[in-house]
Amino acid sequence: MTNNSSGSRFGFLIPVIYIVFLLLPIYWLVNMSFKTNSEILGQLTLWPTNPTLRNYTVIFTDPAWYNGYINSIIYVVMNTVISVLVALPAAYAFSRYRFLGDKHLFFWLLTNRMAPPAVFALPFFQLYSAFGLIDTHIAVAIAHCLFNVPLAVWILEGFMSGVPKEIDETAYIDGYSFPRFFVKIFMPLIASGIGVAAFFCFMFSWVELLIARTLTTTDAKPIAATMTRTVSASGMDWGVLAAAGVLTIIPGALVIYFVRNYIAKGFALGRV
Amino acid sequence: MEKTWNNKAWFLVLPVLLLVAFSAVIPLMTVVNYSVQDTFGNNQFFWAGTDWFVEILTSPRFWDALWRNLIFSGVILAIEVPLGILIALNMPKHGIGVPVCLVLMALPLLIPWNVVGTIWQVFGRVDIGLLGYFLNSLGISYNYTQNPAHAWATVIVMDVWHWTSLVVLLCYAGLVSIPDAYYQAARIDGASRWSVFRYIQLPKMKRVLLIAVLLRFMDSFMIYTEPFVVTGGGPGNSTTFLSIDLVKMAIGQFDLGPAAAMSIIYFLIILLLSWVFYTVMTQSDAEQK
Amino acid sequence: MSFSWMAWTLPTAIFFITIFALIAALGVWEYFSPGGGPRVGILRFETTRGDRLFVSLLGSAFIHLAWLGLGGPSLWWALALSVVYAIGVFRFV
Repeated sequence: MTNNSSGSRFGFLIPVIYIVFLLLPIYWLVNMSFKTNSEILGQLTLWPTNPTLRNYTVIFTDPAWYNGYINSIIYVVMNTVISVLVALPAAYAFSRYRFLGDKHLFFWLLTNRMAPPAVFALPFFQLYSAFGLIDTHIAVAIAHCLFNVPLAVWILEGFMSGVPKEIDETAYIDGYSFPRFFVKIFMPLIASGIGVAAFFCFMFSWVELLIARTLTTTDAKPIAATMTRTVSASGMDWGVLAAAGVLTIIPGALVIYFVRNYIAKGFALGRV
Repeated sequence: MEKTWNNKAWFLVLPVLLLVAFSAVIPLMTVVNYSVQDTFGNNQFFWAGTDWFVEILTSPRFWDALWRNLIFSGVILAIEVPLGILIALNMPKHGIGVPVCLVLMALPLLIPWNVVGTIWQVFGRVDIGLLGYFLNSLGISYNYTQNPAHAWATVIVMDVWHWTSLVVLLCYAGLVSIPDAYYQAARIDGASRWSVFRYIQLPKMKRVLLIAVLLRFMDSFMIYTEPFVVTGGGPGNSTTFLSIDLVKMAIGQFDLGPAAAMSIIYFLIILLLSWVFYTVMTQSDAEQK
Repeated sequence: MSFSWMAWTLPTAIFFITIFALIAALGVWEYFSPGGGPRVGILRFETTRGDRLFVSLLGSAFIHLAWLGLGGPSLWWALALSVVYAIGVFRFV
């Protein structure tokens, strides 16, 4: 597309206004995280008049706070790896073959993506207690697979359907075994798809709270749960709350930054 | 693409099947078991038959929450899908603007849901929030903790803020996969902006739009954390959606039986609606080919 | 590891065994005559027998719920109605 396909000259304003709308509340949170509590509750100020790092110091010196971040990152990464690894062969099967009950299996997988976590919270606690997995990272990682694996399969299937079947057939004629073909030839072709799928798995696991909170007590407690607990215990410490919120945004922002090239590459591939 | 019939493909699907079955089938069975029994703790259960189902189905509380949730999902889809398409159509196609837009827009998606709630709880407050303060200085007595209409508006704006980007990103992915040749052909034919959208861009976005609509519908229908943090389901019960009601019942009051019965009804409704959506959209997909 | 927390009862066990048996039967049927007998019925889109079973089961669930919600007599009548409905689905959809 050499010229702007949307045609209108002020079209660029729409995303700009939208981004401003997105950033305003986030700015307000960042703004608050650098204020003292007396300033937050006193006069409304558009930027901190005497900026302070106290709120961040509280978080970085208290293990109850920073362990929350470490726990969250551990189970989110575990979940992303598991989800993508099991979803890859399944998505390949769905995109290349017809087999007994394939369409219903696909729909059944999707229903798990739709199931409200509130429905599962209680039986999950009982299930993982029975296996002695309560308060471990792997429990949360596996529980989150419930909605992430179906999503990863769905996304990867879409990307894989875009790869012509002739590539598979040529590789088999050239004497590639299935695992070797899959890793050496096929995976590089859908690398962008894997990036996008991993991004979505990371995202949904990182933001989910209800199940993560139900399955953990202390050792694997996610940061989001730490936030709710501390806030209710110590009254309303708005400054620390805001600082903790800002810190939960950072890992996500980093992930987007890293996958942005993958996404761009994926788009380029789709155009061929 | 013509697919080969091959039942050995089952082996490729098996890991997914086992993993998801462990996390889905066993809990679902448990919920069904709980729904027909009464318990006083200690794993002691008493047969209750269909009493809980009758109780839920005849309680106005359940029907109110259901209607509230349906209206909420309808409003959310009606705002987010057109808005998402509009923004995606106007996104820059190359240059530095692309990664900047993508990164900034994806930002709200990666904020944990209770933090989203916290952000809006603070942002909307009359005393310490920019939005509440601004609206009040305009002379609107905005207060989401007192006025149900304001609480609704806040929750809806929050959801638009939170999730429109998902629609944008998916639509954008669909749009960029359209080869230049299509646009050139359209230009030669002198096609209008609308017909380019209707006959080139919309069909190409169909698949991603299916994903976006399904995801947004399901997620808004089971929304819990954000409104819970912002309004706690109030004022009164005005923003008590199904999940909030369910968690209140299951964890707040520990009424396992009624909560399990409600879970099943809730799950069946979601199953039905999603099946309708899925069928309608895949069918229209098939007709196009 | 104990599974007493799952609180199994005979009726729910029978319920799940029936469902799994239906799915297994469908699998066997599909194995011996693959394709699922696709046809376009009164819903005006193509369904296979798997779809028809799903529509039957989901519809039956709602028939039972409606029966309970509207305060009908014994639930066995709802079951009978569901069977009639399922036969209708397999015949016409």
